[in-house]
This record gives sequence, structure tokens and C-alpha cells, in this order.
Amino acid sequence: MTEAVNPDNIVRGTQDATGSAATPAFFSHLIKKTRSVIYPTMRLVKNKIEHNGSGTVTLMPEEPEDMWHAYNLIRPGDLLRASAIRRITTTQDTGSTSSARVHLNLVIRVKNLDFDPQSSQLHVSGQIVNETAHTKVGQFHTLDLELNRNFTLEKEIGAQGEGVGWDSIAVEMLKDAVDEGGKRKAEAVAVIMQEGLAHICFIGQFQTILKQKVEMSVPRKRHGGGEHDKGINKFYKVTLDTLLRQMEFNTSITSGSNNEAVKPVLLASPGFVAAGFQKYIQAEASSTPALKRLLPSIVVVHSASGYTHSLSEVLQSPSVKTLLADTKYARETKLMDDFLDQLRKETNKATYGPREVEAAVDQGAVGRGGGVLIISNHLFRSQDVATRKRWVSLVDRVRDVEGGEVRILSSDHESGKRLEGLGGIAALLTFPIADEDLESDEEAADAD
Amino acid sequence: MSKHRVKNVGYDDEDYDDDGYDSPDPEEQEFLQQCTTAVVEQLRAGQPSVTASKEEIQDALWHYYNDVEKSVNYLRGKREKEMKKQQTTATTQKPKGQVPAYPAIDTRPMAHFSAADFFRDCPWLNVPLHRKSEILVEPLYPRLGLLGGAPEAAGKVSKLAALAAKRNKQKEGDKASAGGETPSTPQSEVSDAPPEPSKLSSLRERLAATSKPSKPSEGLAGLRRTEGKPATPESSIIKTPMSPEPDPDKAEAPPVVGAEDSKDRAPSEQAASDMRAPPSMFASAILGDFPGQTAAEPSHLHSNSVDLLQIYGQKPAEPYDFTDPSPDDVVLNAQNTAKGFKSQGAGPRAGAKKAQSDVTNGMNNLSVEEKVTVKSKNLDVLAEYNKSKRKKSANFVVIGHVDAGKSTLMGRLLADQGAIDQRTLEKYRKEAEKIGKGSFALAWVLDQGSEERARGVTIDIATNKFETNTTAFTIVDAPGHRDFVPNMIAGASQADFAVLVIDSNTGKFESGLRGQTKEHALLVRSMGVQKIVVAVNKMDTVQWAKERFDEIQQQISSFLTTAGFLARNISFVPCSGVLGDNISRRSEDPQSSWYTGPTLIEELETSEPYTHALDKPLRMTIGDVFRGGVQNPISISGRLDAGSLQVGDQILTMPSGESAAIRSIEVDGDTSDWAVAGQNVVLNLANIDPIHLRSGDVICRASSPIATITTFTAKVLAFEHLMPMLIDIHRGRLHVPGRISKLVASLDKASGAPIKKRPKIVGPGTVARIVVEMDQAVPLEAPTRIVLRSGGSTVAAGLLE
Repeated sequence: MTEAVNPDNIVRGTQDATGSAATPAFFSHLIKKTRSVIYPTMRLVKNKIEHNGSGTVTLMPEEPEDMWHAYNLIRPGDLLRASAIRRITTTQDTGSTSSARVHLNLVIRVKNLDFDPQSSQLHVSGQIVNETAHTKVGQFHTLDLELNRNFTLEKEIGAQGEGVGWDSIAVEMLKDAVDEGGKRKAEAVAVIMQEGLAHICFIGQFQTILKQKVEMSVPRKRHGGGEHDKGINKFYKVTLDTLLRQMEFNTSITSGSNNEAVKPVLLASPGFVAAGFQKYIQAEASSTPALKRLLPSIVVVHSASGYTHSLSEVLQSPSVKTLLADTKYARETKLMDDFLDQLRKETNKATYGPREVEAAVDQGAVGRGGGVLIISNHLFRSQDVATRKRWVSLVDRVRDVEGGEVRILSSDHESGKRLEGLGGIAALLTFPIADEDLESDEEAADAD
Repeated sequence: MSKHRVKNVGYDDEDYDDDGYDSPDPEEQEFLQQCTTAVVEQLRAGQPSVTASKEEIQDALWHYYNDVEKSVNYLRGKREKEMKKQQTTATTQKPKGQVPAYPAIDTRPMAHFSAADFFRDCPWLNVPLHRKSEILVEPLYPRLGLLGGAPEAAGKVSKLAALAAKRNKQKEGDKASAGGETPSTPQSEVSDAPPEPSKLSSLRERLAATSKPSKPSEGLAGLRRTEGKPATPESSIIKTPMSPEPDPDKAEAPPVVGAEDSKDRAPSEQAASDMRAPPSMFASAILGDFPGQTAAEPSHLHSNSVDLLQIYGQKPAEPYDFTDPSPDDVVLNAQNTAKGFKSQGAGPRAGAKKAQSDVTNGMNNLSVEEKVTVKSKNLDVLAEYNKSKRKKSANFVVIGHVDAGKSTLMGRLLADQGAIDQRTLEKYRKEAEKIGKGSFALAWVLDQGSEERARGVTIDIATNKFETNTTAFTIVDAPGHRDFVPNMIAGASQADFAVLVIDSNTGKFESGLRGQTKEHALLVRSMGVQKIVVAVNKMDTVQWAKERFDEIQQQISSFLTTAGFLARNISFVPCSGVLGDNISRRSEDPQSSWYTGPTLIEELETSEPYTHALDKPLRMTIGDVFRGGVQNPISISGRLDAGSLQVGDQILTMPSGESAAIRSIEVDGDTSDWAVAGQNVVLNLANIDPIHLRSGDVICRASSPIATITTFTAKVLAFEHLMPMLIDIHRGRLHVPGRISKLVASLDKASGAPIKKRPKIVGPGTVARIVVEMDQAVPLEAPTRIVLRSGGSTVAAGLLE
């Protein structure tokens, strides 16, 4: 039996940059239903944002996805206050040294962010700006943000405009994070499979996390060999074990009675792999009663392949749509599909790429009556203030001046990834823009 | 070696024969005389002109069965040795005089065959005079040399002889016969045969020139008779050239070749290396180009005669300084053409060289373990093997829309060709009926998976093989369902040509056309398949309506033509897979009488052999990793894309970069010591953990590993709109996710010149250059044909740049 299991977690998502935003106004009118279930959200403890855009906000993250929001909110240059544990070494007069772990409240000026989407841990490093008994100003420290612990974020606008403060994007992002409208939706677990390959993903409101990839070589069918069936069964077994572990699903007998909610589980594959997996789970349930709780929440859908970019197809399938109703993810996917359709029609009413979109905006093509600016939140994570300003101003202009729609897609969703392929920005136009203009624009770009 | 033994035996026997032999047969003696004369002349004429006593000569002649050439060579060689060594021992007997003194007793052969006997004859011809005057030294030593030298020559000669034999069957036959005679027969026989035609001819001429032709023509005639060719009178020089060769004694062809070799290799024997050049002519003579040879031969300068006959005769003779293999050796060589001898000095002659290389190649093939390490050699080995063993082979993939009847059609084909036995078929039928799918029985031959059978759908490719009289076919049965197009791509990558199966049912054909019929056809075309056979299946369900067939033919052919198939590479066969009509046998349905073209199998057989990159570095995409059994815990299967490999080779698997050893190889289900590009093989590996092997990985050699890349540029034909997007990249079994990161330019279809740089989007049917990025490093190298898919449909196919 030849088998290869790669239990390594696959880390995805970008690790650089900070700051992201969503547009609550935009969302609020799109979101019509709310689930009755209450989901924990980031708690806004204190909000002191001035009119000029500077100010502080105190937040308490309560669930892992909040870390992702924090990751998008915090940008280099911001001031961050949070509790920290620091090892302090003191030297006595005698020359002997002693070290102790001290609990401190530190304020740092953010230099760098490190976000691990799989474990939802956010590490923020920077220089300490407040003097304490144990630290000096200018020393470096890395804050590890923790769940259920407050942190305070301050964004400044300098006299020379060296900071961006709480711009519109940041504000919306904040509203999104604290979930003002209570629109956060249930998560789902998706298992995208093909023979010998399974991707277990957690689909959240703002991000899709690839939790684990199961890879195993399943012998192909051969003459006179039952190897294939054996291999497939083993593959199912490994996949199920992995899935249960990732879901933290308790399969002990005693757990059969508890009624904790089970997330929807989407099984997707080309051909019959997903259906076979469902059958396998059913067969397993007869020997492991706890699994029966899982069965009702399983949905089998079709996907073109076993790779994660088939997720968009999964999310668009009718059965999943009814299940997940109106998640951000589903809307984003729909939006991208519409855009690509428009692009395919070659009506010149769709364009993508930074320069092209800016040119279109300049011509007033992204305005009232159907103009939609689609932008990835990845662009707002730029370390460069000017760059961020460029995009924020573009968004503001489209929304406030031109009257068009702006949609900010999460780069941690599949649709966001598709958008990033297009340069991170695209637009649906109200009227066709001649190709020639774009060409000249390209030439300009080339000249650069 | 055996000949020596034989010879000795012969000597013993000769004891009594001697008297009767020498004296009683005047013809023979006469002939001997002639030979002696010839030898003397040649000795003199030869570069290092040498003299020898009559006895010596005659002795030599006897030993060489009157082969003048060899005798001369022998003598010359001996002389030279002596001159160098100045050994008196041998010389004692005859300093210069040709005195009838008997050779030293030591050498028995000599004693038995005393030179004296021959000497007596000499007066007859009046030849002795010349000899006496010219002969310088002793013959004794030579004998030993003769005996010793012969084997050497033999070994070498034998190879060449073998070659010669192959080419000239006639000659070979003659030689063989000669060989048979000489060793076994006592001298008496020799006497008949001994006069070699070649020598004769030369002798004759010389005689004529010297006005010595006092000999009775009878002897010559007799000799010739023995030769097997009607000996024309001496005057007829023309034909003799050929006739002399056939001589039994010398097995002319072989000796000649041997002589050539011997020249080079044995410097001791021949002082004059210059003479060697001519031999090439000789080789050519063997081949049958007589006139050309004669003209070319420089060696003939030495010989007096200009005539073709003479030339021919002389070739074997002294002027060329051939060291002679003993006749026995020659014979042996002729008989066992391929023995482990080294061809030695044929260098100067191109022809000989070739022959040698052929021989050595042949030797390689024979050896148990081929040394296939050098690529160029591989080619030769393969070519040889193909010549000797293999039928022409062809792999074809069966494609078409789901439920077109691909598997059933192929099951029928296999059943009809006897690749599957009736009992198994019956078993399938019963089982299929049991689950209510009786019509799938034939498909079960290929659909072996339990799920495939339960659902009645082919999921993965199945390979099977069968042979017709002319061709060994490997079938790759591909799934038609759109979800399994990746598997179909894997199958198509193993195929030389394709069979497109079409359901002629009303409505089915049309839906297939919209479905996978087109996609499959486009895919196989873009993967390099040139020839396509369209099997219009299920014709029985439409009553073999010609109109239907014509309609389908018209639509499909127009589509295939636009897809890039040449019209002459497209053929249509109406058939019925379930009934077997027009598959292997012609349909007997009266309604199908309008079709008179070839059946499917006949159409398949028209496929031409395909060439593969045998001399390229090894490349093989792993199709499957499995456990081959208790003895072969790790096996991989696939088709060799390029190069060759053999048991014991160290291979490298990419992208894991792990090495493994090949424990054994199966080619098309049979164990083999080697495999070459184009073959479907199973490799049983050792020294590797299966975790490093995945289907889609590439096997190569550490010396020329395939690079793993994460981004590449490709020129593709778009089937659907292309833009920066997420795609799946397929190459055979390789299936990885990636994205188009950049549209570099759309290109002109014909010229490939860029039409528009950095297009926003590339429409269907456009050729474009794109950049593709992948998340993981993948073993790919240009030029590789790739297929790009997205969302379950094929969006583009093209060539890596």
C-alpha cells in the first residue's frame, strides 16, 4: 500500500501588512436576514474617534476571527496598548543577575504585524513609547494579542499628514468587526475532495481558512486488483479523522446526548468521491453513534476539482446557497462571477487593473447607475501611507462623488483571490470605455 | 580450436594416405604445384618480398588447404619473425635452398605431409626454379605459428565472417559446406577441394602470363566443379571471380574478411601495412560489387593481372598481406558467426567498420545485461530489438461523450481479438444481468472498478492490449463523463492516435457534440494526436441508416478539420459495439450493405508506427503508484515519454528529488530488462519510500534531472475566455492548481506574431502567450503540452515555452 499523508497544515493568506476595511453602509443595505443564533463578536469597549480622524478605540476580541479583523485594523505607525508579559533582567550591585516575568501594560508604535490565520494568532511588534518601571522608551517589544483581553488602538493624524488616522475604510472595517448590524453568519466547513486529495476549509464571514490538506496516493484501478477500493477506503478514513479533529467534534459515546450545534459540512468533489465519502460516514455512524449528529448537516455538492479554488463553484450551488443564505462570501463570489461574465461579453463595460480602473473613474464610468468598484482589502494593507491613501481616496470618490458602489472583497476568500489575480481592483462600468484608451494607458504603464 | 583437433586427427589418418594421396593423384599434385608457384610469386611480389622453400610453401599450402593467400601470409609472417629473431632452430633445415630436405621432425604435420612429396611434383610445372632461387628460409617454425596463429585469426575473422555470411547467403552456404568438409575429411577430400577458386583463377592467369599453363585443364575444371560454379575455361576470367569464393576449403568470404582483420591486428605477420588499404575492396567484393571493387583496389598493383578475375583471385592472395586465419578457423567462424571475438583491424575500410559495429551491437543484444548507459547506444539496441522482436505497436485512446459506448466497443474489440476469454465474458454477463445492467457486460472488461460497475460509468482510464497479425495495440479506455476529463487527459497523454466513439442515436449525437465529444477531440488534438478514427457507434439502433451516418460524418469531419486534424487522418466507420458489427467482422445486417469500407480493426491497423524520443534524457510521468505484490512493495506505472531505462538504473523522482533503484521492469505486462520511450511500463522500485511518489511526478535521471518550476510561459489556444484567473494545470497525470498571472500577448495564429500586447481578455479561438504561476513547484519543462482547465471545462491548451 502506498500512501502519502501530509498532515501539515497549509498556511495561506498574506503575512504582511495591516489594515483592512469593509464598508458598513454598503453591507447594511445588502444584508437582509440575520440569524437568530447569537454569535460572539469583537466587543467595542470604548470609542474615542475625533472628527479629524484621530482617536483611540478599545476593543476586546472574543473569537478567533476577531484576530483577523484586528490584523486588518492595526497598521504600522499606529499606537497599540495592550497587556504584555516581559522578562526583566535586573543586575544587583553585587553583580548577580536575576530575571523575572513582569506583567506590564505597554504602548508600542507598530512596526510589523504577523498574522497566522490557521491558529488566528496576531503578533504585533514595535517600539515601546511609554516608560514603565521596567522598560525604556525605544525598546522593542512584540505584543501577542489574546482573546478576551482588551487592547487599545490609536491612530493619529500628524500635523504634516504623516498618518492616515481613522479613514473611511478603517471606520467601516471597525464597524464590520464589531458587527453593528449583527449580520455575522454561521460558518461552514467545506471538504473539497478528489480522489486522493481533500482540502478541509473553514468558511468564515471574512476569511476562508484552509485548515488541513489530506493527500494520499490512491492506487488507480488495475486489472484484478482490489487495491483501488482499499485505497479509497483508507483515504476516506483519514479524511474523516482529520475532519473530526479539525471540527473538534466529540465522538465519544457520551457526547451523543449533547445538543451543541454542528456547523454545516459541505462535501464537494467531481464525480462520486464526495458521495462515497458521505456513504462512508453513514457506514461509520452505525458503529460510532456520535457521528449521527453530524449526518444531518452534511451537504454533498459538485465541484470541478479538489482544489480550493473550486470553492466558488461550491458556494454558488443552489443547495449551499439556501444553507448559507447570504454570507459575505457568497455575495463576493456572485459579484466576481458577474464581473467576469461582463468581461467575457467583451462589451468594454468591465475593466480591471489599477491604472485602468483609475482611468475609468476619471472618466466618470464608475458612477450612479451600475458602476461598481471592486477592490481587495489587500490593497489597504500596504505599508506605504501614500499607497493606502491612493486607494482610500479612490473608494471615497466613487462612493461619495460619483455615486457608484464600492465593494471591498476579503483577500482571504476565494473570490478575493480571483480579484487579486486581476490586480486587486476591478470595476463594472456604466458605459463602455473604448479599448484604445486602455491601450494608451497600458503604454503609459509600460513607459513607467 | 576444434579444427586443430580435427587436423591432428587428420594427420594420423594421413599416415597411410600419404603415399596414395600425394603420388597417385596427379591432378592434385599439379594443382599443388600451381599453388606453390602462386605462393612464390606472391611472396616475392609482396611488400616485404620474401622467399621460402618449396617444402615450406607446400607445407603451408597443405595446412591451409591450398589456400594460396593464407599460405603466403603465413610464410611471410614467419619470415618476418625469423628475420627479427634470427632463430636458427627453425632455419636449420632449409637455409635457402629449396632442397627436398624434409622439414624437421618435430612438427608432425610436416613429417606426414612432407614437402618432398610436393616437391617431386614441382618439376612437372617447371616452377621449382623460381622458388629455389627465391626461397630464403626455413618453414619449420612457421607451423607452430600457423597452428597458433590460426585461432587468433579465427576469432577475429569469425565476426566479420558472420557479417559477410549474412549478407551473402550464397557464399555462406558454400563456406559452411566447405567448413563441414574440411575438418572432418582426410586429406583426400582436401585434395579435391583444396584448389581454391580464387587462387586458381589467379594462378591461371599468372600461368598464362608466364606461359606455364602446362597443366591439364581437367584439374582446374574439376576444382571448379567442386566449387559449385561451372568453371569456365581459364580464359573466362570474367565469371570466375565469383566462383572462386565459393570454394569449400577456404570458405572464401570468411577467410577474406579474416584476412583483412588479421592484417591489422597481426603486425608480426605482415611487414607491409600499406597493403591493407585494398582489403576494403575485398569486403565490397564479398558484398557482391565486383566491378567496383576491382576498379578501386589499389592492392592489385602488386598482382600482375589486371583482370577482374585476377583481382578477385589476388585479393585473397598475398598482395594484401593478409594474415591468414587457418581454414578451420574460417569455417568455424562462418558457422558460428557471432562469437566473442573482437573485430580487430578493419579500421581502414568503412564497410568493415560498419559491419563490425553491427556485430558489436548484435553482441550487446545477445548479452544478458545490456549496457545501455550511453544514450546513443540505447538507440541502437532499441532499433535492433525492434527489428528482431517486436511487431509494430500502437497505443490509442478511446474518447467520446459519456455513454457513447466506448468501453463496450473496446470490450467487444478485446473479446473478438481473443484478448479476453469467453468464460470471463460469460461471468461478466451474468453478474451484469444480476444487477440489471446486462448491456454493460462488455464494458466490464474494462470497467473493473466496483463503483464503475455499480454506476455503469467509466471513471478512470483502463489500459488493455491485444494483437492483430501486424500490430500490437494498447487500448486506453478513457472516461467520457465531464468530471473525469482529468483522467481522460492522462489517458490521452499515453496515446499515439485516438478513436472517437459517437453515439448515432437520435438526440444522443447532438447532445454529445455539445458535451465531451468536442472537448475530447480538441484535447487529444492539442495533446499532439494526429490521427483519429471516428467510430459511429450504435448504428443498429438507427437501422444502419446511411443518411444518419452521412450526417454525422459531415458534421464531425467539418468540426475535426477546424480542430486541426488533416482530412486524410480522419476516417469513419459505422459500427455496433454491442453486436460487434464492423468491429472485427463485417456487418451481416442487410441494412448495412451500403458500407463497404474497412472495419474498425482494419482501420486501426492502418496506423503508422510512431517514433519516440528514445535518445532524449529519461522522462516518465508516474501514472499510478501501487503495491505490485509481496515481492514488489512499491511499483509505479506510466508511459516513458522519452529516453530509456533498464533494470538496475538509479532514477530520480521529481519534485521530491528522491532516488530509487529499478528492481524490475514490466513492459506491457511482460517482464523485461529494459524499456524505451513510448512503452507502457510498470517499474518495481527499491530504496525509496512511497511517500515520495505521487502520480503526476516525473521520473528522470540524476544526470539530467527535470527542473521543478513555479511559473512558466506558455503559448496556448484559448477554448474559452482567458483572463487572469485560477486554473488547473494538467499534463498527463499531473494535475496542479495555479493561476494565469499575466496575459502577455495575443498572437497571430499563423505567424505567431503578437497582435495585441497585454490584452485584458483573450477570447475563445485565440492564440495567446500567457504566464502561469503555481503554488507548488512542479516538474515541467519545455516543450511540454499542457491543458488548462477551470471550473470543470477546458479553457486552453498549449505548449510550454
